[in-house]
Amino acid sequence: MSDIIKRASAGTMESSDAYVEISPADKGLEISLDSVVQQQFGEAIEKVVLEVLTDCGVQNAKVNVIDKGALDCVIRARVETAVMRGRGE
Amino acid sequence: MRRSMLFLPGNTPNMLINGSHLGSDALIFDLEDAVSPAEKDSARILVRNTLKYMDLVGCETIVRINSIDTDYWKKDLDAIIPQKPNLIMLPKTNFAQDAKTADEYITEVEQRCGMEVGTVKLMPLIETALGVENSFAIATSCKRVAAIFLGAEDLTADLRCKRTKGGAEINYARTRLVMAARAANIDVYDTPFTDVNDDEGIRIDAEYAKALGFTGKASISPRHVDVINEVFSPTMQEIDYAYEVMEAIRIAKEQGRGVISLRNKMIDAPIVARAEQTIAMARELGIRRD
Amino acid sequence: MKDSKVIKNIAEAVALSGLKSGMTVSFHHHLRNGDYVLNMVMEQIANAGIKDLTVNASSLFDIHAPIIDHIKNGVVTTIQTDYMSAKIGKAISSGVMQNPVQFRTHGGRPGDIESGKTPIDVAFIAAPSADCMGNCSGKIGKSACGSLGYAYPDAMNAKKVIVITDNLAPYPLLGWSISETYVDHVVVVDEIGDINGIVSGTTKITRDPVGLVMAQRAAQVIKNSGLLKDGFSFQTGAGGASLAAAKFLKDIMLKENIKGSFGLGGITGYMVDMLEAGCFEALLDVQCFDLKAVESIRNNPRHCEISASHYASPYAPSAVVDSLDVVILGATEVDTDFNVNVHTNSNGYIMGGSGGHSDTAAGAKLAMIIAPLFRARLPIVTDRVNTISTPGRDIDVLVTQAGIAVNPKNAELAARLKDAGLPVVDIHELKEIAERTTGKPQPIAKGDRAVANVIYRDGTIIDTIYNVPNAGGIL
Repeated sequence: MSDIIKRASAGTMESSDAYVEISPADKGLEISLDSVVQQQFGEAIEKVVLEVLTDCGVQNAKVNVIDKGALDCVIRARVETAVMRGRGE
Repeated sequence: MRRSMLFLPGNTPNMLINGSHLGSDALIFDLEDAVSPAEKDSARILVRNTLKYMDLVGCETIVRINSIDTDYWKKDLDAIIPQKPNLIMLPKTNFAQDAKTADEYITEVEQRCGMEVGTVKLMPLIETALGVENSFAIATSCKRVAAIFLGAEDLTADLRCKRTKGGAEINYARTRLVMAARAANIDVYDTPFTDVNDDEGIRIDAEYAKALGFTGKASISPRHVDVINEVFSPTMQEIDYAYEVMEAIRIAKEQGRGVISLRNKMIDAPIVARAEQTIAMARELGIRRD
Repeated sequence: MKDSKVIKNIAEAVALSGLKSGMTVSFHHHLRNGDYVLNMVMEQIANAGIKDLTVNASSLFDIHAPIIDHIKNGVVTTIQTDYMSAKIGKAISSGVMQNPVQFRTHGGRPGDIESGKTPIDVAFIAAPSADCMGNCSGKIGKSACGSLGYAYPDAMNAKKVIVITDNLAPYPLLGWSISETYVDHVVVVDEIGDINGIVSGTTKITRDPVGLVMAQRAAQVIKNSGLLKDGFSFQTGAGGASLAAAKFLKDIMLKENIKGSFGLGGITGYMVDMLEAGCFEALLDVQCFDLKAVESIRNNPRHCEISASHYASPYAPSAVVDSLDVVILGATEVDTDFNVNVHTNSNGYIMGGSGGHSDTAAGAKLAMIIAPLFRARLPIVTDRVNTISTPGRDIDVLVTQAGIAVNPKNAELAARLKDAGLPVVDIHELKEIAERTTGKPQPIAKGDRAVANVIYRDGTIIDTIYNVPNAGGIL
């Protein structure tokens, strides 16, 4: 598993989508979330983002998620795409 | 039962997550024309996740992958086949060999994933003059081919003619595809009607396709789905007649008669087969008379 | 003998009206988010040093946001309204005002004005046309808004009535809505509003596929309700899916040659189309939503203006809502008891109000809610709505893209819809389907200070809205 080598993004700011930005980092994972459903789903979203990063074997990265009410499966897809792009795949 | 098939753009979450509520019998998740080259990767993952995590109750799933002359199609199949969609739609199928090429790679992925070979069926999209002329060969190219589908937009471009509402320019292709599919004993689906706001036009177009022998029709607009379903469902008269046929057969068998007639017409094997199909479809639609 | 009631300006009107601290002023909302009048008047009132006022406005829109400063400065200490859009709603929900807002309905408001429960000292009437004696109309003038229905009870019951116009017409202005007999003073200003905010050029049906599916279902529900026959009456909101439902309904009525009696409500071009196509004998109009409706009420004698009381008052011997067959309404939330919230958003902020929601739901034989199963990631059906705007006993059916839930009290309707092959499901099942898709949302934080009371049309408080503590979320 290679690390994030460049800044990359995936997704859109449209309703039911999420925009995910990933960039290289030195120490661990840093996730920030801005969601239209922060109160109702904030914790659940952060958990899912972390899960995808872990599954992808990402150990060091800065991840910024702007969520427009995306379902988990959409957030998962956007994070995974951002990771792949950030690895230059 | 697949009367209607609705195209959903592969990279638009809002459409994907609502797709199963739009009334269509099958959903076509599009990785090809609806997705720009820069987003092929994200659409592929999004569609894969939609198949994996969403509860698409009551909908068959079809994925239109990219054509075999692109760099994407193998990656598409790698991601999609493990999610076991009902069908893969293969665009720009020109030769039987195109379908065989896809079939071989699908087999490879199925084996890699420990799936039974042949789980995922193939539906070649015929949308070139070459494809139309080769349609029977394509329809019979391999066991995996379960249906063929006519794409009139690309076809008319290839024919260098204008796509019209009347559709005279695709008449040959339509009848040719129906003939090829029925000769191969597989299903055949008609091209979408593209004027989203013409409620009368879609009905006429769908009724025409049904009259030609198509199994069903694709749509690019949810607004057309209800009409397509209605047109491609058996009518009450057809259902009544089908039950009458079955009843006549039952009575004839009881009485040990070989020749059966109903309404002064001989009931032969094709009529019985037709009646059985109609009743099966009526049952699936929840119309029961027994 | 009087030559003219025209006075110099709003400041003079405020002075002549005898308005004093502690009194009540009223406004109507036909100019909607284009209205300049409320702000102009409140500015002069503030300049005059008057404090501690009650503002009774039939609705408040974002354009009226300057009222927030008047609240902070003590000029306004009480608000009575039927609807409040998000900008002012957010300020109220954040606790800017000490006294809770009194939310009424479009029927309850005129009822309480006429009964003397909520007396008005000075009513300000925004009039797109008026003559020098105060005969006024909304049908003509550069700021034409059509009906002035909500202004009637104010004009007829306030102690003083000031008409504010930007189109002074020669006396007598024929076809008046409110006659000079009620009017004390007339003020002419350059502009009473911004036409772009008053009416939309066209209201459009939704292109959202989910909205269209729901609209088609809604039309099927009406078709199979047993109510769609000659003499049928109908009201629908101006939301995209509701308008699409009206369009589909029109197709059915024309195909089956059904001659309805009347269309009611806030009127859009789609209802005008139905009138002109012969679906109805008449339109009864308390407010126009678009230019086509304005043009129609001006030219078509079958398109008739009605007062807010005539529309929906629960205290009148009868109101039109009592004769209504079907109403299509929206919702931000519906709970499993069919209670509907149209007051607060998913984070608890005020962003709406009943308007005619509970009046029409109570009056109509079939009250239908159209709402998607979820918006973004939030399920519409919940165990308990955050605010009860309309009680569940008045709602007959909820139409979503994933199925139709019929209130158990209306078993006959459920049977009819099932017979027609429509997908009837239990409302609890809709909630489960939604939550399977979205996940179960965490409850939102609620403050402990009442910021508004929801007064049902019979005068009882059916719910209280609390302040939103530092939620951290996005509005």
